[in-house]
Amino acid sequence: MTNANVGSNGHGDHDHEEHPGTAHDEELGYYALRARAMEALLVEKGICSTEEIQDMVDRVEARSPADGARVVARAWSNPDFKALLLSDPEAALAQLGYSLPETTPKLDVVENTESVHHLVVCTLCSCYPRALLGRPPDWYKSFSYRSRAVIDPRGVIREFGLDLPGDVEVRVLDSTADLRYLVLPRRPEGTDGMSEAELAELVTRDSMIGVTEARTPETASAG
Amino acid sequence: MTQSSSQPGGEAVRYQPGDSVAVRVDNPGGHFRTPRYIQGQTGRVDKLCGVFPNPESLAFGGDGQPAQPLYRVEFLQTQVWSGYDGPGSDKIYVDIYQHWLEPALEDSQPSRRQ
Repeated sequence: MTNANVGSNGHGDHDHEEHPGTAHDEELGYYALRARAMEALLVEKGICSTEEIQDMVDRVEARSPADGARVVARAWSNPDFKALLLSDPEAALAQLGYSLPETTPKLDVVENTESVHHLVVCTLCSCYPRALLGRPPDWYKSFSYRSRAVIDPRGVIREFGLDLPGDVEVRVLDSTADLRYLVLPRRPEGTDGMSEAELAELVTRDSMIGVTEARTPETASAG
Repeated sequence: MTQSSSQPGGEAVRYQPGDSVAVRVDNPGGHFRTPRYIQGQTGRVDKLCGVFPNPESLAFGGDGQPAQPLYRVEFLQTQVWSGYDGPGSDKIYVDIYQHWLEPALEDSQPSRRQ
């Protein structure tokens, strides 16, 4: 296997396990070796230090879709927070204790409604709101997703189990530049009175990319 | 909204939301962030995202100056892809730096792609 990001659950455990310099080269695959070589060059040229690289790795590894779910659940529960999240995401995230590193690309949040459904892709590489959601799933980086999400978004969404009616406008966001997009999924029916923690359980990684909707209490309890 | 929207020395903001713009067709070599499928297409400026150092310069150790206004540009899917079979209201948004955009006539017909 040449791709170091193994694991379909988005929590591939095999990256960065070894501290730089401690792994045996013969155990590393092509991409891991290439990353090591680039890291060594960056450090050697004084562009950044090993500690800075490790700090960024740790920051990304510390984030997961659960962090995004917490943000979405707060937005569902609190209209003022939702308004702030849509207009000034960084200020909203700061209220929940998330401070994005300065070098992180700007985050933008788009809201799914009854009439509009957003889908996020990066056709050029794998741009993704890592500072909040951690690393993207493997399929997000696949050539198949990156090409088909723009050409046939409804077909892709259907394959994830959601058949969008024709009167729902599909908006694809190709995040090719300095913005990273987070989808604020619709709050499911039948969730009145649920706590933020309970609501967060319904928010999946895929619903924040826009390939699915959030789970309903029924689908969540069915596993 | 952020410090990036007021980059000193950046190119002056040329387009406003609602403006019709055409994406230049170009292959400058090296690293650029304008996907080929959207080059040559005509869309509408949705919003100004900020002013950012030019990635085509940053990628090769440059300073990214002059910084470029970055726009989210809206395109109709049925105009971008000739085979698109979804509703005519479906859209695709691409973030495009100003130096890749040109003013477009309101009634210009975008080219179609297979």
